[in-house]
Amino acid sequence: MSRDNTMDSMLEMFIYETTELVTQLENIALDSNEESSALESEMNEVFRIVHTIKGAAAMMDFNSISSLAHSLEDAFFYIRENQPENVDYSSLTDVTLRTIDYIKEQIAMIQVDPDSARNNEGNDEEAEDILGEIKVFVSSLKGETQSADTQDTAKQEIILDDGVANADNNKDFEINLDKEHTGENEYKALLMFEDGCEMENLRSFKVLKNLEDMADIVSTNPSNIPGDSATTEKIKQDGFEIILRTDLGFEDVRNHLSSTLFLKELYVEPVQKEEEPQAISEDKQEKKEDDKGAKKPTPAKKAVAPAAQLNVKQSIISVNLEKLDKLMDLVGELVISQEMVVQNSELDGLVLNDFQKASRQLRKVTTEIQDAVMSIRMVPISATFHKMQRIVRDMGKKLGKDVKLELVGETTEVDKNVVEHLTDPLMHIIRNSMDHGIESTEDRIALGKPAIGTVTLEARDEGGDVRIIIRDDGRGLDRDKLLQKAISQGLVRENDDTLADKDIYSLIFKPGFSTKQQVTEFSGRGVGMDVVNSNMEKIGGKVLVDSTPGEGTVITLKIPLTLAIIDGMKVQVGDSIFVIPITSIKESFRVDTSSIILDDCNSSEMIMIRGECLPILRLHDYYNLQSATKNLKKGIVIIVENESNVMCLFADKVIGEQQVVVKPLPKYIKDVKGISGCTVMGDGSVCLISDVTDMFKF
Amino acid sequence: MTDLQKDIFDANIDEDTQKGKYLTFFIESGIYAIEIKFVTEIIGIQPITIVPEVPSYVKGIINLRGKIIPVMDVRLRFKKEPLEYNDRTCIIVVDVNDVSLGLIVDSVSEVLEIPDEEIVLPPDMNKSTESRYVKAIGKVENGVNLILSCEKLLGEEVFEESVQ
Repeated sequence: MSRDNTMDSMLEMFIYETTELVTQLENIALDSNEESSALESEMNEVFRIVHTIKGAAAMMDFNSISSLAHSLEDAFFYIRENQPENVDYSSLTDVTLRTIDYIKEQIAMIQVDPDSARNNEGNDEEAEDILGEIKVFVSSLKGETQSADTQDTAKQEIILDDGVANADNNKDFEINLDKEHTGENEYKALLMFEDGCEMENLRSFKVLKNLEDMADIVSTNPSNIPGDSATTEKIKQDGFEIILRTDLGFEDVRNHLSSTLFLKELYVEPVQKEEEPQAISEDKQEKKEDDKGAKKPTPAKKAVAPAAQLNVKQSIISVNLEKLDKLMDLVGELVISQEMVVQNSELDGLVLNDFQKASRQLRKVTTEIQDAVMSIRMVPISATFHKMQRIVRDMGKKLGKDVKLELVGETTEVDKNVVEHLTDPLMHIIRNSMDHGIESTEDRIALGKPAIGTVTLEARDEGGDVRIIIRDDGRGLDRDKLLQKAISQGLVRENDDTLADKDIYSLIFKPGFSTKQQVTEFSGRGVGMDVVNSNMEKIGGKVLVDSTPGEGTVITLKIPLTLAIIDGMKVQVGDSIFVIPITSIKESFRVDTSSIILDDCNSSEMIMIRGECLPILRLHDYYNLQSATKNLKKGIVIIVENESNVMCLFADKVIGEQQVVVKPLPKYIKDVKGISGCTVMGDGSVCLISDVTDMFKF
Repeated sequence: MTDLQKDIFDANIDEDTQKGKYLTFFIESGIYAIEIKFVTEIIGIQPITIVPEVPSYVKGIINLRGKIIPVMDVRLRFKKEPLEYNDRTCIIVVDVNDVSLGLIVDSVSEVLEIPDEEIVLPPDMNKSTESRYVKAIGKVENGVNLILSCEKLLGEEVFEESVQ
C-alpha cells in the first residue's frame, strides 16, 4: 500500500512536471517559429527541459519518451556543439513539435493506465517514425556542416550527460576506435574527475564523443567505455587515459579537454616515438598548476545558470485546486462567523466603543484575506494564448496561409475556472478567422493588403470583467450572405428590417449555421461557433461581433473575472429570498396598472414599457411559493435580459444588493429549474440564486 | 509495509467499534434505527431554505457550518402527517456514499447495540410506504426496532417515483 502510494505520487509528479516542461518547450519552439532564433538563443533552456524529461521518463521506466527525448537532445546537442550555419529552424521546430505531441499523447495514456503505456511502447510506430525524422534532420545538418566542424571545435562546450543510461541507448555508445589515424601530433591525456561526481564512465564517454570530431582516438585506458561499474571504479581510481592523434596544437587540445565538467586534474603530454621520461614529468607538474587556475571559470560559469533558474522555480509552488477551494470555503465561513459575532443580537443596545473598533479591524483583515485567497486562484491568461500560437501555426501550414498571431495583454489574470472554459471558444474563433476570414496570400496581395495576415488576441481588464478581443484583418463577414442563409434556414423572417448589423453578425453563433458549402477539416459544420456561445453562457460571459467588410472581424468575449463571487440583487418572494445576478438586471420599478395587458386566452400577462411589450413572470408562480404578494401594484417588477431576450419578473420586494459567494446546490437535489446555485448570507441563512437564462425557457 | 499493517489494524478497530451499533429515533410512536456508521452528527432544527420543484419530503437546504446540505422530513417520506417542529425535533446528518443529507425526525432516542443474531429480515408481505425502507428488524429487550436502509431512504428510484 505504502509503496503504491509513493509510486502514485511519483507518477503524479512526473506527469505534472513533464506536462509543464513540454508546455515550456512548446512555447520556446513556437517563439522560434516567428523569429527563427528562439530555439537557438534559448538553447540552454531547451537542453535543460529535454534533459529533465529524458531523465524523469527513464526513471519512471517510460522508455519510448526517454529515447525520443534523448535523440531530440542529440539533435540540439549537435547544433550547439558544432554551430552549423544553415540550420533549417522551421523543420527543427516541426520535429520538436512532433516530439512534443508524441510525449503529450504518451502522458495522456500514462494518466489512464501507466502499465499499459509502458508495455505498449515497444511496438510504437509513431515513436519510430519521429526518431527517424530526427535522424534525417541531424544527418542533413551533418552533411552541410561537416567541413566547418574542425575550425569551430575550439569554441566547443562539453555537455556532460548525467542522465540515466538506458540499455537501449547503448547502440549510441559505439565509438570507432579503429579509424585511420591521420593527425600530425599524438598526445596522451589523463583526466581525473572530481570525487563524488558520479557516472565517471559516462563522462569519459562524453569526452571521447566530443573528441571524435577533432581528433582520432588511438586508444583509451580503460578501453571498454562506457562499460560497467568496474570501469567506473577504475576511472575513479586511476583516471581516464586517452591517446589521440590530431592536427591541432597542444594548447587547443588542452583547452578543449579542460572544459570538461567536474574535472579535478588534467595532464596532457605529447607522445614521442622515443620517450623522454624526465621532460614529461616536468611538463606534468607544470600543467597541473596551469590547469587548476585555467579551468576553474568554466565549471563555475556553468553552475551559475542552473542555480539562477532553480531560484526562480522555487518561488512558485503548485497547490492542489481542491485545497484552494477548501481555503476559499473556509474564508467564506470566516466572514459569516465574523458577522455572527459582530452583529450578535445579544450586543444590541450596549455601548461598546472598543468592541466596535476591534470588530472594524477584524472586518478589514478578513476582507483582505478574502481578496488574497481570490487572487491565488487567478492565473495569467498567457498559457491559453500560447496554445493558440500552435493552432495558428498548424492551420497556417495546412491552409497554405501566412498568418501571424499577435498577443496583447497576455498577463491579464482571470479565475482558474474561467480560463478552463476559454480554450475551446478561442480555438474555434481563431480557426474560423483563419479559415473564413483571412484571404489567401495571392488574394491579399491583389487587394493591396500585407501578404501576411494578422490575428490579434487581446485581453484586458475592464471593471469587473475581462475582455478578450479577437481581431483579424481578413475579408470580414458577408452580411447579405449571412442574411440569406438565415432566411433559408428559417432563423429570421424575410424582409425583416428591424435586424441590426450586430444581430445579423451574431447569427454565426447559432448551432448548425454555416455559410460554407463545403465541410472542410477545419470548419463548415456550424458547430464551432455554437461551442463559443454555450461556453460563454456557462461562465456568464457574452459574445459581441463586429465586422467591416474587407477590413476584418472583431469578436469580443466579455467574461467575468471569477465565477465564485457575483454581484447579486436580493429579492423577496413570500418567505424566500432569491438572489438575481446584477449582470442580468436591466431595471426595476413599480408598475402602473394601466400599462398591464392581460391575455385571457392563455392567462398570460404582459406589460407595456416605452412602447415595448414584455411578458411578466410571477416568481411566486414560477417557484410555486405561498403567501406572495399577488397584486402587481404592491410588488415590484424587475426587467431582466439575457443574450437575446427581455422579460419582467414580479417579486414582493427588492431587499438590496450584495456580493455573494456562489455554491452549487447539493448533489442530492440535482437540477432545479430557474436555480443556478445557492449562497450563504451574512447571518448564516441560505439563499437560492436565480438562473435568469433558465427562466426564459418557461 | 509496517504502515500498511497498521492501517489495516486501525481500520479494523474502527469498523469494530461501529459494528452492531444503531442510532434509534422516533417517528410518531414507532422506533426506528439506522446504522451508526452512516451518522455524522445530530443537530437541532435549523432555519431551512425552501427549494422549489422538489418532492414535498425534501424540506430544503440548510447551512451546516458552510456546507450546504439538503434535509428530508422522514415523517413525510413515510407519508405520515406533518408535525410542527419543536425543541425535540432533530436533524440527523447522515453521509451515504459521499452524499450528505439531514433527516428530520421527531426525536432521537439512544445508541443501541443489537447483535447480529437478534436481527431478522422483515416479512415480505407488508407493502406500506415505510416498509420499503426497512432493511431488517432488530429485537431488543422491550420490543422491536425497525432498522432502516439509508441507501433506500436516499434512493434514486424511490426519489423519482415520488416526483411522479
